[in-house]
Amino acid sequence: MPYLEEYYDIVVVGAGHAGCEAALACARLGLETIVFTISVDSIALMPCNPNVGGSSKGHLVRELDALGGEMGKNIDKTFIQSKMLNSSKGPAVHSLRAQADKQAYSRAMRRTLEETEHLTIRQAEVSEIIVEDQAIVGVKTFSGAVYHAKAVVLATGTYLRARCIFGDVSNETGPNGLQSAKHLTESLIANGIEMFRFKTGTPARVDGRTIDFSKMTEQFGDEPIVPFSFSTNPESIQKPQVSCWLTYTNEQTHQIIRDNLDRSPLFSGAIEGTGPRYCPSIEDKVVKFPDKERHQVFVEPEGLYTHEMYLGGMSSSLPEDVQHAMYHTVPGLEHVAIVRNAYAIEYDCINSLQLRPSLEFKKIHGLFSGGQFNGSSGYEEAAVQGFMAGVNAAMQVLGRKPYVLDRSQAYIGVLIDDLVTKENHEPYRMMTSRAEYRLLLRQDNADLRLSAIGHEIGLVPDAMYEKVVKKQEAIDAELDRVKKTVVGVTPCVQEFLRSHGSTELKTGMPLVELMRRPELGYFLTAEIDPDRPQLSRDTAEQVDINIKYEGYLKRQQAQVEHFKKLESKKLSTNFDYSTVKSLRIEAVQKLNKYQPASIGQASRISGVSPADISVLLIHLEQHRRGRLSTGEDE
Amino acid sequence: MRENRKSDTIAAVATAMNNAGIGIIRVSGDRAISVVDEIFRSAKTGKTLSNVPTHTIHYGTIWDEDRLIDEVLVMVMHAPHSYTAEDTVEIDSHGGILVMQKILEAVVHHGARIAEPGEFTKRAFLNGRIDLAQAEAVMDTVQAGNEYALQSSVSQLRGSVSRRVRALREALIYQIAYIESALDDPEHISLEGYTTVLEEKLAPMLKELEEMVNSADDGRIMSEGVRTVILGKPNAGKSSLMNALLGEDRAIVTDIAGTTRDTLEEEIRLRDVNLHIIDTAGIRATDDIIEQMGVERARQMADRADLIIYVADGSRPLDTNDAMIMELIQERKAIVLLNKNDLELTVSREELEEKTGRPVIAVSAKEETGIDELGKAVEALFYSGKLDFNNQVVITNMRHKEALSCALESLRLVVQGIHEGMPEDVLTIDMMDAYSQLGSIIGESVGDDLVNEIFGRFCMGK
Repeated sequence: MPYLEEYYDIVVVGAGHAGCEAALACARLGLETIVFTISVDSIALMPCNPNVGGSSKGHLVRELDALGGEMGKNIDKTFIQSKMLNSSKGPAVHSLRAQADKQAYSRAMRRTLEETEHLTIRQAEVSEIIVEDQAIVGVKTFSGAVYHAKAVVLATGTYLRARCIFGDVSNETGPNGLQSAKHLTESLIANGIEMFRFKTGTPARVDGRTIDFSKMTEQFGDEPIVPFSFSTNPESIQKPQVSCWLTYTNEQTHQIIRDNLDRSPLFSGAIEGTGPRYCPSIEDKVVKFPDKERHQVFVEPEGLYTHEMYLGGMSSSLPEDVQHAMYHTVPGLEHVAIVRNAYAIEYDCINSLQLRPSLEFKKIHGLFSGGQFNGSSGYEEAAVQGFMAGVNAAMQVLGRKPYVLDRSQAYIGVLIDDLVTKENHEPYRMMTSRAEYRLLLRQDNADLRLSAIGHEIGLVPDAMYEKVVKKQEAIDAELDRVKKTVVGVTPCVQEFLRSHGSTELKTGMPLVELMRRPELGYFLTAEIDPDRPQLSRDTAEQVDINIKYEGYLKRQQAQVEHFKKLESKKLSTNFDYSTVKSLRIEAVQKLNKYQPASIGQASRISGVSPADISVLLIHLEQHRRGRLSTGEDE
Repeated sequence: MRENRKSDTIAAVATAMNNAGIGIIRVSGDRAISVVDEIFRSAKTGKTLSNVPTHTIHYGTIWDEDRLIDEVLVMVMHAPHSYTAEDTVEIDSHGGILVMQKILEAVVHHGARIAEPGEFTKRAFLNGRIDLAQAEAVMDTVQAGNEYALQSSVSQLRGSVSRRVRALREALIYQIAYIESALDDPEHISLEGYTTVLEEKLAPMLKELEEMVNSADDGRIMSEGVRTVILGKPNAGKSSLMNALLGEDRAIVTDIAGTTRDTLEEEIRLRDVNLHIIDTAGIRATDDIIEQMGVERARQMADRADLIIYVADGSRPLDTNDAMIMELIQERKAIVLLNKNDLELTVSREELEEKTGRPVIAVSAKEETGIDELGKAVEALFYSGKLDFNNQVVITNMRHKEALSCALESLRLVVQGIHEGMPEDVLTIDMMDAYSQLGSIIGESVGDDLVNEIFGRFCMGK
């Protein structure tokens, strides 16, 4: 039987948030790339919440943007409301979140893909990976067509053997009734890949015209609007915003849920997949937190093209009649018309410990993966992994070194390191508390942290990079200046201090010392600082943060230096640790299973003790001197 | 002190920690010389260690703040010409456990940290000072030393101390998790006015930690007696012996229910020696170690002990249980008792001496005879140096004190941060530091504690 046979540099399987970033990165680096999707109409689909960003996820989008990814630019084009969360707290946890027009978002991304050179879009279900001598050589579609490739990126999201469930209704479909991918799992297992089954869920969508908004609290967007992308001119995106709405469940809602728990597939055992703890269904919340009298419900528009609204906080897999009864108890939703039911979805994903930090499978050369397929959750988490997987697939094809961001460089580094180092039993969500150096990893300095890397990869244009270099220089110069400037005891200065309730000076003092006083800061002291240069708002903000949090920042930097030492000691990912005497048995087992890429990664594996790490260090040194066969990467 | 927490300058007592004539404290690392400079006063005015040539010896005194600790000789060695190939200072003191402990504390107080087991040798190897052939021996030393330290650190911690540490950690992680869940899900959980609440919650924690740091000074964190286990087959008379030892005329120092609830630890002063007797409640109730707990458990207990008291039942023939115990006490410090000499003996003292290869003391636990001889035997072992005062306990005690002080300081920084108007996400950095310091005392790492606490306690999510 004849079959189509085509040749590409890179195949990307899936065109969700991970697949789009992977495909764009590869094609923009000049590699012939083909991206497969089950439906071209569902490119960059948002099957759950209608927003991008939020706590720690906003950081991911900013970082992705600084590296040369697309998500930030795409949401800047298509948002309908924007908010900076946590703005009353420290700068490290400020997080941008934008409501998206779902269709506009999807269309804009599709257009970007279409207009990118070297990029081909194909609607087909990939059913097999083709592996020869432990290296990927291509994929086969369900119709039998073979596509040869030098590297493959898997980004199948929640589509593998997907099953949607509510009550006793179960459909073998992907999200939103889309066709699932039924065949690839088998091929992956046949090639020795270990699979998990995870679960997640989504709330009902309702007709906004049947909601009584007068019973809800209106939630406005911020003004002025702050863009996600460092390359978006803020002036260009100031526009009218739509509102979201807040309401609450009540005792009546909870009673209906409790009365019908036996009909929930979660409690009856019909759902086997592991669900995420941070994104519980409303029935989970009611069961786990019986003392809470009410839970918040955020009513968010799905886009400007429709009256449909998303009921954030009330995802469920209860039967249809129970859903109806329960939603109707919520103030403002008494007469609501449901457009789509809430459902839970189960899907196949991998045990991500099988991946290297570059997101390449340890056992299959040239096979990379990203997104929910790796056991994560969320559009943003998916996008950054897709990007890194795509970049590293491209680097391999181009014969260049892989890019691995570490935990001190980016939330992206934390996310990927957690995925490839720690046992993960639920869809992984980014959280600011997972980033131990979060004071350094702020959303406001993502450009300063990562543009150089994006530029080196080849995805950040020269002009953009030079702008960042100049910004950094301006910050350094200003920090230097305020440290050297001394404020004298003058009536004008004393008056300034008095007026701000600050202790008056006895002798001259470096300007920076005054700025450190909590009641003053960088911006207020402009009054007594006649030589201050004209700086852009975000440059000045960096100066302010660096002064205000200097003590804490220095401490984190010192910790980072210590961390980097162990991170730089590389290990082979194909080594038998039972040959190292003195390692404890548990450590040998874990190290053999995980095959960490560095001593640093090894130290984060549970069951590997500090003494085991010392033993490994000695072993490495022994090898370095003696050239024994061993764990050091050449 | 704060920045020194992750210090790479390490210190340890390099000689045996006993009351011998001389004791050496070794300090190694980038800051070794400056650290010792801060506590050393040369006999010659104006001389500081940073100015002296390498491999020179200096006479002077060691001070902690304003307290004179000892008269010493100090040797300075510059990198790379030292054992570790790092800047190294050795302080020769007059010895004595207390003096060495005080000097080590002063060194730590001024910015060094206590070395991990085998760390000097590890550094020497990594810095190229020790040849390749010795690498495996170094690895063994590191691993074995660590196992021992870990074991003694957790098992010798007083039950009450570990309970207090656990309670503190729980209270602390709850506060951290509350703040973190609010940061991750600001629309569900509010931090409005929370720093005031936090300061109130921290006050009793600070007080508790202060008390614990003070009690650490008195060495009350660790049990410091000679760790003693009584072994014998069922009905050999172990309970009677315990009762005899605990009799009215002998003071019971403390009675601590262990954290696992199945162990009971008693401190007994026998003549001039403190014995820390480890027993399990279950074993005492049934008097049946071999059958109930099995050989493995007995072996574990023997491994943890500095001294074994083997109680042989003179009224019944020796059996396989006795054989097992005799094997167990080989190569270990043990005293053999022939019990029930008030009854007709079927086992002779000579037979037992021959089989165990040790002198045997005949006792009657029931009649309380022979207990004095037992006391003399223990005392003799101790004073002849055969029975060590446990070095590790002193070191571990210092390590714990260091951890408690760091935790205390971290919490003080939180309060300071609150007063300076620092945001909550910055405050949790120091709270987390305190949490992890406290964890090191009870041998627990941080792991996924925070994430689990967030999900377990607070309802979040879309």
